[in-house]
Amino acid sequence: MIGSILGGLLSGSVHAGTPLLYATLGEVVGERAGIVNLGLEGVMLMGAAAGFGTTVLTGNAAMGVLAGALAGALFNMLFGFLVITCRANQLASGLALMFCGVGLSALLGVPYIGSQIEGLREISLPILSGLPIIGPILFTYDILVYLAIPMAFLVWWLLFSTRWGLSLRAVGENPTAAFAAGKNPHLLQFQALLIAGLLGGIAGAHLSVGLAKTWAEWMTAGRGFIAVALVIFSKWHPLRAILGALLFGGAIALQLQMQAWGVPISPFILDMFPYILSLAVLAVWGGARRYAAPASLGRVFQGTE
Amino acid sequence: MDPRSERVNRMGRWRHGWLTNLMRFGGLFGVAFGIFAVVLLIFGKNPLKAYADIFSTTLGSTYGFSEMLVKMIPLVLTAVAVAVPSRIWLINVGGEGQLYIGAVLATWGALTFSSLPAWLLLPLIFGLGFLGGGLWGSISGILRARGWVSETISTLLLNYVAILLVNFLVFGAWKDPESANYPQTAEFVEAAVLPTFGSTRVHLGFVFALASLLLFHLVLSRTRWGLEMRAIGSNPEAARRNGIPIARYIVLLMFIGGGIAGLAGMSEVSAIQGRLRPSLSPGYGFAGFLISWMAGGNPLGIVAAAFLLAIITASGDILQMAQGLPGSVVNILMALILFVVLARHGRKAGGK
Repeated sequence: MIGSILGGLLSGSVHAGTPLLYATLGEVVGERAGIVNLGLEGVMLMGAAAGFGTTVLTGNAAMGVLAGALAGALFNMLFGFLVITCRANQLASGLALMFCGVGLSALLGVPYIGSQIEGLREISLPILSGLPIIGPILFTYDILVYLAIPMAFLVWWLLFSTRWGLSLRAVGENPTAAFAAGKNPHLLQFQALLIAGLLGGIAGAHLSVGLAKTWAEWMTAGRGFIAVALVIFSKWHPLRAILGALLFGGAIALQLQMQAWGVPISPFILDMFPYILSLAVLAVWGGARRYAAPASLGRVFQGTE
Repeated sequence: MDPRSERVNRMGRWRHGWLTNLMRFGGLFGVAFGIFAVVLLIFGKNPLKAYADIFSTTLGSTYGFSEMLVKMIPLVLTAVAVAVPSRIWLINVGGEGQLYIGAVLATWGALTFSSLPAWLLLPLIFGLGFLGGGLWGSISGILRARGWVSETISTLLLNYVAILLVNFLVFGAWKDPESANYPQTAEFVEAAVLPTFGSTRVHLGFVFALASLLLFHLVLSRTRWGLEMRAIGSNPEAARRNGIPIARYIVLLMFIGGGIAGLAGMSEVSAIQGRLRPSLSPGYGFAGFLISWMAGGNPLGIVAAAFLLAIITASGDILQMAQGLPGSVVNILMALILFVVLARHGRKAGGK
């Protein structure tokens, strides 16, 4: 009994944490290049709507995820045009992007409301899933769940072990110096936003195609904002993001489990968990965050005029 | 070019060439409306009919116009809620949550003291609405003043908590036993309903909105507080060395800003809904942020931008009914308008 409860909680955390992790990783890449994107919510929604629609049309969930990733990336390029090319204010542009995403995804999703899909197939790990009771609970997920942690390592490797990652982080710390060293800050920031958009789109597609297997207006329900908070929680580090996503996924899962157990607490109070946890965590870590944040976060390279 | 001389130039143009400015903004909005028309075309809708519907239902009739004024009330209030803290570069994205909590406290007052006469009850729920939004805003203010959490993140996250709190109350303890399945509180007594003008739904909140704009302008331009706020806004380090209590200003301005958003919530429950419902606001708080941002915190600009967004907000319903589009489609139009303003502003000011 205890085993299955804990197992359910753990697998719930993994499920809920996966889209959070993809979205957070994307935002980490963007912020490492000096760009805050509060519009992540909109990017995820575009990914969710495009992913679900494509899955319905093609009957192929993998195509759906791909479409979701591309939609997210394309949408993020609009953000890049605003904040990099036009040097618009990042926070206001991000919020506008969120509004745009809410409206556009609602429009895209209209024909698919109520559509049924099979969604991403769950794959049982051989041997491990054969374990009694906990096996089927803990080791049966869709492919995106299995790829999430390797993705965190890939992003970590890209940022910290490649020449490209070094340049990218240099742009986030001091774009003028990076420019003087022969880098192209705008190009690198566009590349960062492209990756951030791909990952944000995958996060949204995983919500609609992998988890919910349905489309609903504004189905991300603030997860994009939680991911932005998670970036700070993980101190802009892709590997710490794994822990953060599991913890926050756990908060969401705990709330679902407590409802299932019939704990006499209003679901709305439980729904507040992740938001309040975000705040509490940020408050506790707040003091140290300025040592970890990319120094030029929020500012855009102005060229050398 | 020196960014400071650029700013002086722009202010000069604002003073002398408001007509040029108006035309320039008109052109920008034209671009946004054009792009939205293309989006509608792509999705097989008739944009001309959509725009005709929008304008005939908002500007074409006395009733439509009065309904647009009704929409302007929460928009102006939530915009001022953003503009007040923005004077010292605080970014309040929590107008939505502050509006909801203002509504919660006002509802509590209206239901608890329902036997009071109107001349006592109305000031009471006014005060409670302000207090509710103000306290919600000052949570973020305190977190920021202590250097713990940026007010941008905390106000954003608290929006969700506030909306969930309203859901918790109207589905739970405050649910009206007589309204079977509808999650809503009991109806307010007559004495707790804000008076309206003539036969329209334009209510006393309109006066609150105008008064808040006027007060905001006067405090900023005529008082020592306004001077100190400008000092903090232009050079926080110098202001701190001159003994201006920055932390106190942060909490206070978040309280006042939140309180004004709370008034929007109070007037919506009292005058429009007559009871607390979860669907209190279709995103007035977020729209207020965009209005204040577009207006650069300028009181007249806030009125103009709120007017424009009131037309757009009011048209969500008509697009839903006449064209079968989801109501949130108007968010695209709002975002497009903001995009063009942002893009132009960014190029001019060289980013910020």
